[in-house]
Formats: sequence, C-alpha cells, structure tokens
Amino acid sequence: MAGSETPLLNELEKGPWPSFVTEIKKMADKKPAARDLLGQLELSYKEKRGHWKHGGIVGVTGYGGGVIGRYSDSPDKFPGVAEFHTMRINQPSGWFYSTKALREICDIWEKYGSGLTNFHGSTGDIILLGAPTAHLQPAFDELSEHGYDLGGSGSDLRTPSCCAGPARCENACIDTLDICYSITMEFQDELHRPMWPYKFKIKVAGCANDCVAAIPRADFAIVGTWRDSLRIDQDGVREYAERGFDIQGQVVDRCPTKALSYDPAAKQLSVRAEDCVRCVHCINKMPKAIRPGVERGATLLIGGKATILQTAFLSWVIVPFVKMEPPYTEVKELLRKIWEWWDEHGKMRERVGELIYRLGMRNFLRAVDLPAVPQMVFEPRANPYIFWWPEEIIRK
Amino acid sequence: MAKTDIGPPHYSQMLPPIIKENYGKWKYHEILRPGVLKHVSETGAELYTVRAGSPRLLAIDTIREICNLADKYCGGYLRFTSRYNIEFLLTNPANIDPLIEDLKKLGFPVGGTGPAITNMVHTQGWVHCHTPATDASGIVKAIMDELYDYFVSMKLPAKLRISLACCLNMCGAVHCSDIGLVGIHRTIPKIDHEWVPKQCEIPTVIASCPTFAIRPDPKRKSVQINEEKCMYCGNCYTMCPAMPIADPDNDGVAIFVGGKVSNARSAPKFSRLAIPWLPNNPPRWPEVVQAVKKLVDVYAQNAREGERYGEWIDRIGWETFFKLAEIPFTEKHIDDFIFSVPTFRTTTNFRW
Repeated sequence: MAGSETPLLNELEKGPWPSFVTEIKKMADKKPAARDLLGQLELSYKEKRGHWKHGGIVGVTGYGGGVIGRYSDSPDKFPGVAEFHTMRINQPSGWFYSTKALREICDIWEKYGSGLTNFHGSTGDIILLGAPTAHLQPAFDELSEHGYDLGGSGSDLRTPSCCAGPARCENACIDTLDICYSITMEFQDELHRPMWPYKFKIKVAGCANDCVAAIPRADFAIVGTWRDSLRIDQDGVREYAERGFDIQGQVVDRCPTKALSYDPAAKQLSVRAEDCVRCVHCINKMPKAIRPGVERGATLLIGGKATILQTAFLSWVIVPFVKMEPPYTEVKELLRKIWEWWDEHGKMRERVGELIYRLGMRNFLRAVDLPAVPQMVFEPRANPYIFWWPEEIIRK
Repeated sequence: MAKTDIGPPHYSQMLPPIIKENYGKWKYHEILRPGVLKHVSETGAELYTVRAGSPRLLAIDTIREICNLADKYCGGYLRFTSRYNIEFLLTNPANIDPLIEDLKKLGFPVGGTGPAITNMVHTQGWVHCHTPATDASGIVKAIMDELYDYFVSMKLPAKLRISLACCLNMCGAVHCSDIGLVGIHRTIPKIDHEWVPKQCEIPTVIASCPTFAIRPDPKRKSVQINEEKCMYCGNCYTMCPAMPIADPDNDGVAIFVGGKVSNARSAPKFSRLAIPWLPNNPPRWPEVVQAVKKLVDVYAQNAREGERYGEWIDRIGWETFFKLAEIPFTEKHIDDFIFSVPTFRTTTNFRW
C-alpha cells in the first residue's frame, strides 16, 4: 500500500541504512494506525511541521505515568492515529532478551497497538508506539500477566537503566544489572506515581567509559570504579609489544596523569597507583594486559541533565567511593534523603541539579548528611563569598 | 485486575547460558572485525557478538525476523545496545558468517565497533513528538546512508558518536556527542489569546520562561512575549498549548561538535556550536547531511590515531578547527546566555 501516496517518505527507503519508513509500511496493510501514521508523516514532510496535538493525559488504573498521550491534530484525515498513545515498558536490565520474551511483547502489541515499536527509547524503556485509549488497559493487563510492567513518565522516577555490565564486559566494576533491577524494584511506587517536582533519572554504568551516559544524562549516576591499583599482566603487555602495538604512544603518553611508564627493552609496563585516576583509557587500549583493581565499588554523582531550562549539567561527584553490595541499602537510603530534600525545596519542573545550583551544594550536603571532600570539585572557590552556619559564628 | 508494581522481568531470565556461567568472569575482549566482538572468560569460554545497526523504529514483524535469527544462531537470546544496535550473542564462531549473511538479506548492516560511527541516538521527531523543531528518524536515515561506510569499517581516528534531538528538550545525550544535532526554533511563540486563558495557568507560564520574556496581559487575561528577550527554547509551549512555537520556514537544525560521554583520558564534556542553523529540508535534509559529512571527513583527515573529536579540537584549537572545517565563525558562536563568561578567552595565547 501507500507507495504512491507518500512520495516524500519513499525517498527515505533509498540508501543502504535500514529505513524506518519501510518499518512503518510493513505494518500499514495490517494496521490502520500505521497506515495513517504514514499519511500524517507525509503531511509533516510536506509542511515541515509536526501534526501531534499537545499532551493529553491517559493511563492505566493505579498508575500516574508510563503512558504518553498522543492525539493527531488532523483526526478527520487520519482517523487511525486520532489516538496514538505510547506505552513505555520497563526493559530488562542491560537490554538482554530471550526471543520468547520479545515474541510475547510483539504478540501483545499486534493485538492492541499499531505493531510499531522503538527498541529502545532514550531513557531505556521498550517503547510501544501507538494505541487508542480503549486499548491501553487491556494491553497493560496482558503485559502484566506476562510479567512486564510500565516504565516512568512525567514527574516521577524514570525507568533506571544500565550497561551490559558483568554479563558481557570485563570492565564492569559493579553488578550493574543487579543494581539496576534492585533499585527499580525498591522504588516501584516512585516509578509509577509521579509526585515530585520533576523527573529523576538513575543510570548505572559499570566503569568510567559510561556506556549509558550516566554522567551527562542521569540525575543520579552510579559509575563503577576501584580503589586499589589496576592490575597489569606483563605477559599480556609483551604480547601487545610483539604485535607492534605502540604502547608508549597510544597508552603511556596518553595517560592523563602520567601514571604509567613503559620499559621497551624489558617490555614491562608499570603504574603508580597513587597517580592513577582510573579513567580506563589504558584498559580500553590493552584489555588483554590491563584490568581494573579488585577493591571495587562505585562513584556516585548527582545533577546531570540536558539543556532545558538554564543549561545542561554533567553530574557532580557526591560520594567518591562506596561499596556496592546487595541490597545496596546505603545507596537507597541516600536516594530517599535526596528526594525528601528535593521534594521539599524544589520548584515545579526544577531538576535536582538545578535545585542544588540554586540553593548551594553546602545546603544539599548538609540535608543528605554527606561530608565535603576534595574529590567533589575540580578546584576550590576563587571568590571570598563564603556562607557560614550560625553555629560557626562567634557570639559574645 | 492486573497486578501492578511487578517491575521488569528479572534479567536472569534473559541471559543465555554462556553468560550465566561466565557472569562477572569476563577477562578481555577483542574486535575480530567490524561489528564482531570476541569476549574471553577466565573459564576459557568464548562469546562472540555480532552487532547490527537498526532504525530503532521497528515493526513487530521485523522483531520476529530478528528473533528467528537469534533462535537459529544464538540459542534464542540477544541484546540491544544503548544506541539501538542489535547484538547477537553466539557461542559457535562458525555461525558468525552465516548470521551476517542472513542479516544482509534482511538489510541490517553489521558494524559500529571500535574507531567507527555507531548508530545515531535520536528522538521521535514528527513520528511521535508534539514539540519537535525538526524530524528525527528522517535526518538520521539520510545521515547514516551518507556515513554508512564509516559504520561498516573501522577507519576513523577513534569512535565517533553522532546524536540528534528534535528539540531543546534533548531526549538523548546530544549535548555530549562528538557531533550533536539539535532541532531549534528561531521565532517566538504565537500566542492564541483566545485559548491561553482557557488552557493555561498564567503564573506557571510566566515562571516557565528562563529569560523572563513573558509578562501578563491582564486585559486579555493572557500573556505577552518580549521579543528581544525570547531565545526560542519552547518551554512556555510545553507548559501552555496555546503558545505554539513551530515555524516551518524558520525551524531548523543546529550542529554542535566535540562532546564526549566517557571519562577515558579526560572528563566528559559538552559539545560546542559549530553551525548555528541549517534549514529543514525534507525528505533528505541535504544541507544537514553534507555539513555532517564534511565535519566527519575533516576529523578523519586531521585527527591523530585515538583522538576523539573534542580531543582533536583541544589540540589544534577552535580557531584552527573553524579554519579547517571551513565554517565561518560568527557572533552566534559566542555564548551570551547565563554561563557564558568562562568561555571567553582571557589570555593572549591563541593561534592564527
């Protein structure tokens, strides 16, 4: 179908990269929603503007989030997308799937939705694109029956996500999959019932490579690291050297703190552990020879967000090192304290990082009972505008 | 009544036996060729990963085809990456080539590993978003077609992460990408004075403006916008549907460069403005595609081995970057928002 009706979109079926237009067309014969999505999208391509109406609150019983309401602004022309709501489904940790699970989700979405999905959305959920209002509850009921649950949306805890971690990565210093699952299960209420000033994202990365962009994108970033020395296997070093790999140029010279030294005659690499900042560059370059240390845990950071409103923030270190052992009570307690403070002081649509920026890190640290340590800053303040607590002032 | 708050399925149900057996025991990995990884465990076990690009928007019929391949070659398990790639997890290396052949037949490119371009993180755009300043999937498709060769090979100086957000809300790590594209508006919202009082909470709308450009219009029980102060973020529109900001002729794409997510070598950093605006020119955005192509090529030709985009610019200086990239530097590149001052040069040290 639709070939002759979507001349602009058809242009996007050309070229070697797989085409989303082809994907929509695949469902267009079976699903009026997919057919009318094509039609409306073609109109957007012609007019250079979107054709979705603003907002609209829909959902399923018992939840305040997880479904994004979406209505066409031209329902007469495109009745199939008059109601085209999105369901966010909480993905399994690390985006690992059995084909059985994926087929179940497909079957349910064939029954109730447009048959179109995103694997995955930006926060990490499985995105089921496009269902009418009346199908939301039955779709959820059936998803729930098969063991799936909705993710977050609105001013709530957004679906936590994590990297492949120990399941398929030698760099993982923490069990990202378990931490992500454990936090998700602990805070189901916060995830499903928006009650905060704004959204709150948690991401868990196994090492400093941060493959889930926790520091740029999460209000609360858990990043795996170690506290002792990285481990060097000199046999591995020799192997790289004999292969002609430029250890001096690609690894030693690029170590940000000059913590490595290499003896080309002996083909030996050594590290000054006290100078190493655990950036994992050398491990990335020589995974067969260099490994993280054994005293492992996480650095916790807070406040990351994209631009809206005043600026983007990268998350800031608040706990340089914490052991990450199940059930991760220390981290969960810290999260509760953070939310309590943010909930009390945050303005509507103020992310926690913006609140810390507005009220000052000292107020935040005091509220959540964390000590100030030099690992929190690149450098200390350069101005003399120092705030003092009342008890620090000498009164006679 | 369905059960609520059951959470996601436990990840252990989703892991193939080889991963369960070697969980936390992986020792190292190698990239055997573009798109093919080999992970070796302390136990000696070997896991092969074949990474394939996807359009992110997938029909269920396609997912079933993907499942067929995972059943045929991977014992019924697979995973997705944070950048929408599909990863097939194999224990038998003899299955790699047949799998890649089957993927080719389905139209999925294999690659995205090592010093390469991987899939573009992107947002919904006109497919499903109500505040977009540009489309997402269409531009991504056009760019990935153009850069396809960089996905299926490993010939760049280092990994190159390209991302696109269709508006300033930036659902995606666009602000820390080697090349980040952002849909922007350039004109102020059009106020529908009839609907503002009915649909919007006026104090909230006023408070939503980061530049204090919105003031009340008591006569009309509506609001007014100070055109000189508005920087077109669209936040008021998010709060108030009666203030649409979309403008087909003036909306477009800004391109930022040099950001990164990883802590490797240096701290994560933001991407910085390279090109302030290019027009929305569907269906294939030729101006944007050519600009990105040129930004990639100039990096590929000039950066040293192992240098990310921003590290390359750090070494040569922004003044050299603009010259090499043949991008005119304008007053638009000089920050005039609230955190601008640290970006002004306070030294006589610079290049010509």
